[in-house]
Amino acid sequence: MQATASSKNVPIIAEASPGRIRTTIRILLRNRSAVFGIVILLGMTFVAIFAPFLSTHDPVKPLIGVEQVAKRAPPCIHLLGCPQDQPQHFFGTDGNVRDEFSRVLFGARLSLIIGFTTVTFAIIIGTILGLVSGYAGGWVDNVIMRSMDVLLAFPSLLLAIAIVTVLGPGLINALLAIGIVSIPTFARVTRASVLLLKEMDFVSASRALGADNITVVLKHVLPNSLTPLIVQGTLGIATAILDAAALSFLGLGAQHPTPEWGLMVGQEYKNLFNAPHLTFFPGIALMLVVLSFNLLGDGLRDALDPRLSHTRTG
Amino acid sequence: MTQYIARRLLSSLPVFFGILFATFALARLLPGDPCRAVLGERATDQVCDAFIKRMGLDRPIHVQFGIYMSDVFRGDLGVSLRQGRPATEILVERLPTTVELAFYAMLFATIIGIPLGIISAYWRNSPIDVSTMIIANVGVSTPVFVLGLLLEYLFAIIFKDTFLWLPPSGRLSSGVSLPSLAETWNLTNLSPFWLAVVEFISRLYTFNALVTRNWKALVDVWSHIILPAVAVGTIPLAIIARMTRSSILDVLGLDYIRTARAKGLRMPQVVFRHALRNALLPVVTIIGLSLGGLLSGAVLTETVFSLPGVGRTLFESITARDYTVVQAFTLVIAIVYVFINLIVDVLYAFLDPRIQLS
Repeated sequence: MQATASSKNVPIIAEASPGRIRTTIRILLRNRSAVFGIVILLGMTFVAIFAPFLSTHDPVKPLIGVEQVAKRAPPCIHLLGCPQDQPQHFFGTDGNVRDEFSRVLFGARLSLIIGFTTVTFAIIIGTILGLVSGYAGGWVDNVIMRSMDVLLAFPSLLLAIAIVTVLGPGLINALLAIGIVSIPTFARVTRASVLLLKEMDFVSASRALGADNITVVLKHVLPNSLTPLIVQGTLGIATAILDAAALSFLGLGAQHPTPEWGLMVGQEYKNLFNAPHLTFFPGIALMLVVLSFNLLGDGLRDALDPRLSHTRTG
Repeated sequence: MTQYIARRLLSSLPVFFGILFATFALARLLPGDPCRAVLGERATDQVCDAFIKRMGLDRPIHVQFGIYMSDVFRGDLGVSLRQGRPATEILVERLPTTVELAFYAMLFATIIGIPLGIISAYWRNSPIDVSTMIIANVGVSTPVFVLGLLLEYLFAIIFKDTFLWLPPSGRLSSGVSLPSLAETWNLTNLSPFWLAVVEFISRLYTFNALVTRNWKALVDVWSHIILPAVAVGTIPLAIIARMTRSSILDVLGLDYIRTARAKGLRMPQVVFRHALRNALLPVVTIIGLSLGGLLSGAVLTETVFSLPGVGRTLFESITARDYTVVQAFTLVIAIVYVFINLIVDVLYAFLDPRIQLS
């Protein structure tokens, strides 16, 4: 959704040198909201890595017969006045008598993996298409970009739903669908920077020196079009996580009993009236992880854009 | 201008055929045997052969595509495999819900988003600006279904028994009804096409309640649509507010604004009389593009609030393997989407004459 907003923007072209990376990081760390995003993201990564140690219960195994706890029991924290004789569950239990807290922790793992894998897939395919399209031009360009237009003609979630229908529901197929849906954005971004770079002196010079097409693209064009891809990629992760959660919510993505946030909400939202915590905790977790990538992406865009002067903030 | 519109129309033709091909391919790529999906698992091979022949599924694929295209151009989108009635009939029944939802969502997004953006840009870096941008960031990051559920919990449960209570689902309360306008106006001898049109308009409940002056029903319609509209409209609202802000800030840095300031105009005058008109150009594009995202949000919101709209129907048809409905609805949604983009582009050219020159 947001990706379409930047399609009219002129791509940001900048050389990626060690000095530039250092400057970028410095500017990024001066941006308060970007720092906030980084902090949440680091927290999420920490939780994702150490989930088995941080969790209090098994995320998948029901607690029936293990301890005396009702299904969809509200949160119970001893420190906050919950009676000592009741078993402690920070976020309560879900409809299958599983510890919601442990499930939310393990969900962080899945969410980050979903974000990174789909966007990596989309970036690889999208970049190749964009490079070929922009560099070759002519009918190749036309065929590739018109196909991208057709993909963009469908609202992203609906297209993902359609693809999952063809492939069959499941987490892997949902990831593939979201990956495919995100390709056009990256293809367009890459193509736009290739078109600009193609006419630049250093590229013409390289060609005049006898470099063949593949060398020119790999050595000169690709490295210089990375900047907009990094920004778009970070924002793309946010969208991918949202779409994957939506598919799981509808029952087309991750399947029971996977601790996936969208699925957790989807299975319990009909009990909103008596067990709001089962919608609330996974929902907030989703919002936080998406927010962190959005803030970081915006920060990166500001930091990497050489057209903005960095003497003032805002 | 005419030339520009014609060129723009021509350039969307390939996309249109791409969509036709994509929906055609979709129905053929779907897993499972079409015959047994329709006639049931126990259909014999003989029955299936006859079915395949009757449906033309044994013809070469390009012939099938040709038949499909001619059907579409005649307005025949097939018969629902599950309900046994034309897909267009189901569309007429379900589309108004989504149209109404989209209308109120966009209304909410623009009438709040644009002023918020203006305020933020005007008092840049002030607490108002900072908090608006925080809200905008949180807004684009909240999954539509989570927001919908949180709103439902707040207004239907926490505010229960207060004047702030809002219904958690449906389009109308039980006991309130808005009969078809064909009935109200006694339109009996209409052709099927016009009957469908009247039926469609009747199901736009706001319109129906307005023309029949049924104020009680109108209030009921509004109380049902507020929560879903806010849930779907929040992401566009955040995007519009951010776009308006950055666009105004861009324009304020231009020479003509400095000239306006230098000749002694006050800041409010500069912002509202000079900057705003140019700054709102990119906002128009964003509003148009957001409509696509709105449709995605509609699937989720219609699920959360049990609304019988296009998104919900499409999803249900997919799970029920009702392929003709899936095909018909996907086609209509994609065409509407392309058409909206077309209108946005034309509108943009109309607002900014420089576009046509390039």
